[in-house]
Amino acid sequence: MTTQSSAQFVNIGERTNVTGSAAFKKMIMAGDYTRAIEVARSQVENGAQVVDVNMDEGLLDAEFAMTTFLKLIAAEPDIARVPIMIDSSKWSVIEAGLKCVSGKPIVNSISMKEGEEAFLHYARRCMAYGAAVVVMAFDEVGQADTKDRKVEICARAYDLLMGIGFPPEDIIFDPNVFAVATGIEEHNNYGVDFIEACREIKARCPHVHISGGLSNLSFSFRGNEPVRRAMHSVFLYHAIPAGMDMAIVNAGQLDVYDTIDPELRTACEDVVLNRDPEAGDRLVALAERYRGTDAVAEKQAAEWRSLPVVKRLEYALVKGIDAHVVDDTEECRQAFARPIEVIEGPLMDGMNVVGDLFGSGKMFLPQVVKSARVMKKAVAHLLPFIEAAKEPGAKGKGRIVLATVKGDVHDIGKNIVGVVLQCNGFEVVDLGVMVPWSKIIAAANENDADMIGLSGLITPSLDEMVTVGEEMQRAGMTMPLLIGGATTSKVHTALRIAPAYTGPVVHVLDASRAVGVATTLVSDTGRDAYVEGVAADYAAVRKAREGKSGNALLPLAEARARGFAADMLLKASEPKQPGLHVFDGWDLSDLRDYIDWTPFFRAWELAGNFPAILDDEVVGESARGLYQDALAMLDRIVREKWLTVRGMAALWPCRREGDDVVLTLEGGDVRLPFLRQQIAKREGRANMSLADFIDPAGDWLGGFAVGIHGIDDHLARFKANHDDYNDILLKALADRLAEAFAERLHAHVRTTLWGYAPDEQLTNEALIREQYRGIRPAPGYPACPEHSLKRTLFDLLGAEDRIGITLTDSFAMLPTAAVSGFYFGHAQAEYFGVARIGEDQVADYAARRGVDVAQATRWLRPNLD
Amino acid sequence: MTSPRERLMAEAAKRILVTDGAFGTEIQNWKLSEADYAGDLGLSHDQKGNNDILALTLPKVPESIHRAYFEAGADIAETNTFSANRISQADYGAEHLVREINVESAAMARRVADEFEARDGRPRFVAGAIGPTNKTLSLSPDVNDPGYREIDFDYLKGVYREQIDALVEGGADFILIETVFDTLNAKAGIMATLDAAADLGRDLPLMLSMTLTDLSGRNLSGHTVEAFWHAVRHAKPVTIGLNCSFGAEQLRPHVKTLSEICDTLIMIYPNAGLPNELGAYDEAPATTAGLVGEWAVAGQVNVLGGCCGSTPAHIRAIAEQVRGLAPRAIPTPPVRTRLAGLEPFTMAA
Repeated sequence: MTTQSSAQFVNIGERTNVTGSAAFKKMIMAGDYTRAIEVARSQVENGAQVVDVNMDEGLLDAEFAMTTFLKLIAAEPDIARVPIMIDSSKWSVIEAGLKCVSGKPIVNSISMKEGEEAFLHYARRCMAYGAAVVVMAFDEVGQADTKDRKVEICARAYDLLMGIGFPPEDIIFDPNVFAVATGIEEHNNYGVDFIEACREIKARCPHVHISGGLSNLSFSFRGNEPVRRAMHSVFLYHAIPAGMDMAIVNAGQLDVYDTIDPELRTACEDVVLNRDPEAGDRLVALAERYRGTDAVAEKQAAEWRSLPVVKRLEYALVKGIDAHVVDDTEECRQAFARPIEVIEGPLMDGMNVVGDLFGSGKMFLPQVVKSARVMKKAVAHLLPFIEAAKEPGAKGKGRIVLATVKGDVHDIGKNIVGVVLQCNGFEVVDLGVMVPWSKIIAAANENDADMIGLSGLITPSLDEMVTVGEEMQRAGMTMPLLIGGATTSKVHTALRIAPAYTGPVVHVLDASRAVGVATTLVSDTGRDAYVEGVAADYAAVRKAREGKSGNALLPLAEARARGFAADMLLKASEPKQPGLHVFDGWDLSDLRDYIDWTPFFRAWELAGNFPAILDDEVVGESARGLYQDALAMLDRIVREKWLTVRGMAALWPCRREGDDVVLTLEGGDVRLPFLRQQIAKREGRANMSLADFIDPAGDWLGGFAVGIHGIDDHLARFKANHDDYNDILLKALADRLAEAFAERLHAHVRTTLWGYAPDEQLTNEALIREQYRGIRPAPGYPACPEHSLKRTLFDLLGAEDRIGITLTDSFAMLPTAAVSGFYFGHAQAEYFGVARIGEDQVADYAARRGVDVAQATRWLRPNLD
Repeated sequence: MTSPRERLMAEAAKRILVTDGAFGTEIQNWKLSEADYAGDLGLSHDQKGNNDILALTLPKVPESIHRAYFEAGADIAETNTFSANRISQADYGAEHLVREINVESAAMARRVADEFEARDGRPRFVAGAIGPTNKTLSLSPDVNDPGYREIDFDYLKGVYREQIDALVEGGADFILIETVFDTLNAKAGIMATLDAAADLGRDLPLMLSMTLTDLSGRNLSGHTVEAFWHAVRHAKPVTIGLNCSFGAEQLRPHVKTLSEICDTLIMIYPNAGLPNELGAYDEAPATTAGLVGEWAVAGQVNVLGGCCGSTPAHIRAIAEQVRGLAPRAIPTPPVRTRLAGLEPFTMAA
């Protein structure tokens, strides 16, 4: 089970609501609060991020029921850990509830239906109790139905609330989801009205959220669950990108958009989006085919569908087919005495086959991730039954807490490791990204974890990992600490992390090694010898480094004297279009041809160069399958405009001063300090600094940032469907698109904006091999390894405001799929690595950067001994 | 004239401020008898241990302690009113004296504070201290009936309101809701303060201070420090922080967390270490000062002081330790919907 403290799309549990659940209502009416509490518990355990409590029933004393229930769940830490939504149409019930809830709850709801005065009175009370509020799009006239009414009422409510100092982030609008396909023409556009209203409300009212109750939408199809589920999924598919970010919904009862029978999906889409007047009639006619039976499944049944059910599950797991897994799991469940046996029996057997195939190199990551998706869906189906039977959950091999450390937002690698471990019987507690050490340690303790795994992509994360190690030490922990991620290394782990923590510390090179390492660490027999072996290995690394700390370093002055003497006759001409250039919404289809596919396959741990990898004897088949899926998703990304491409470039006049490049701007000079190689080199080889490529007598420097926006809603959709495969696939593609855009924009700069290479004609292959004039080094990468320069670059560009790319404390970019850097146009400019530098340069750099030496040392740690 | 909130913010922008230390430990030094406590009030209950009532029966004791803390370098005096509420005073049969105790205690602290301010021109502040009472709104005292509560929100709000009005009448600058072991109790106190401010027609700034009851960083009602912040942010407190709990050493990670997330001043006043086998505190002033000094150096705090077991010597050591160090800069966290159960929940923008 995964836990997450922040969310892009919030599922609100709806089962502790007497108006929504007949079973819950029965319990409350009978005064059976013991069972009612269990309903709340299972919701939270199943991933509800907020629990809605509603006791509005004519025959109930709602105030009594509300306060009794809230006091009882306050005594249950498993439930009380999540925020409560106090849901009632009566203010007296809401206020009674507010007096029993100790965190920060949500009030659902208040509105202007009794006029402005009452509305503001309630809002002030909510503020004084410290609660967020759902505001219904409801005024003195009635509930808002059309888009214009929804927007008008929400805007008016927003302005009133701003007038009394209500925090805008604590407002959640519910613009009313109404039933469509009712046979009444006026209702046809309700879906469109809601979706379009979302967009306008979000634009008009900064910081607010939008919620809605989905079940109204499909009211006309009561009793026909397949159609209702499909309608809800289709609706969310369109409403989430428009700005809906919360819903009261049973997440288990949503279909994966992509797996809905296309005929049904189109019919639902026609209704939700009101594409033509007959859409409703068509869906009503079609709906009869789905009532009660699963006609589509029969239609699609292939040969393997006639195997015995246990074999079908194994087949589905190995092949990664999720179309029938819920049905097959259900069939199994009915055949077994206890639901847990389905997990421990056929499902684990199937996953063992997958694990063996992966371990022996016959299956590769993309397939394993697909298998995991099937497994997760099967388990998700069984969990409620296991909970209901009050059985303990499946006993895994071990439990690992995974996190991308504070300041870092990259999680493709971490997610892959999580999936692989889950496939091999480990229980994974995934804390997500940007996780502070305190939370990692708390989660490890609370979950009684067997080990912690840390991930990070950018170099400042290395320091944060050391901090986690130190704090684990301070907390007296002994569990193993696993280190992974692109910038981590065995050497860094041995030199910096292992000495900070006396428990076992292991660097894990890639996802495929994670299983072996984790399995050994939980085994009774192999563990000690392994831990000792690793410790000895790391001690040897430290000893080796201690003796000879690499090549000798030159004093900074000498390194400067041996700098690269660029021929300034070869500097780039003055730009044709200096200044700032913003490209908001670059055409996605234009970027496809610029994608460098090799790193894409590397992200999935498939080794080899593109396109040769597609015909590779070993991984070719897997690579081809992955490539096909990637192209299909790219098609949809482009066609359905999933993502927005935003970027900018700037060209500034400058001059060189020592190792600084000084931008000469209208508002004054801006100093960009660069670092210089200090390792002693043989005669004739320069000690490079990027500043060497700039003319002291006057020159030009460029800066750029590009980002791929809009991914979160799609990821949320995949996550809600337990679909790691598409989640990772989309992230990996977004990364590639960001790189492709950086490449494309650089070409545009060279040929047009700067225009020093107007006639350049290069194939994508040549671009990938960087066969062009000029370089685009990025802060944090080898030629200018100090990340904080990104802050300066972003300020110069105004990137936050202009193209919506922000930086974390550790200078990681958000959105994650983003690239930024400097443009150097000199013909001799080339990439290099600064590598190790001396203390003299740290002190010099600190002075040039205007920070103290301790700060500079922190920033430059990866380049220091 | 500028408001207490503005004056405190202005001082806190210049330096790390110091609040005072424990009263209990100091009062013990006087070895008072039952008769000393009782005075001539003619109360029927034994008053020994009712420290707050000394404001009426032996005012020179609390007054001399305020003086000692100001002399040690404190900028803020906390009134000796931790238990001066109707619920706690009922144990001494003194609930009818609640208003008087608070008015006198606040007036006394005000007088001494003004005297010291007049001496050197450095602003001194009075925080009207409000304890949690010994009742809780979130937990049942009966293990067999988890839904039972001894008191309810409105009752506790009324109890607090009585004390707040009296503290304001006596001249307190701030209402300090301290040693918060139950977040819902604190919310009732906040509501009472907001109501009082509305009736006064002016800002009545709050100081909020949570106490941790386990090392993972939760209070008795189960809230993590971050969840606590989410639950009380609406009070716009002038300071937020931790007191009592354990010693400084144990508070370290939680101070860091609060420091990073709260867009207001951070005030921390821990116990002088953990009690020894005999229940006494024996952490040396230099040790406490060294520990809290680490937070000051790390730029994590704005106000420091002491709780149980601390003495004027501790406060003097702390004041000297942080002299000249830069105060924590108040961060500007991004605008997010920050909810909480026992744990924090932040929605994406």
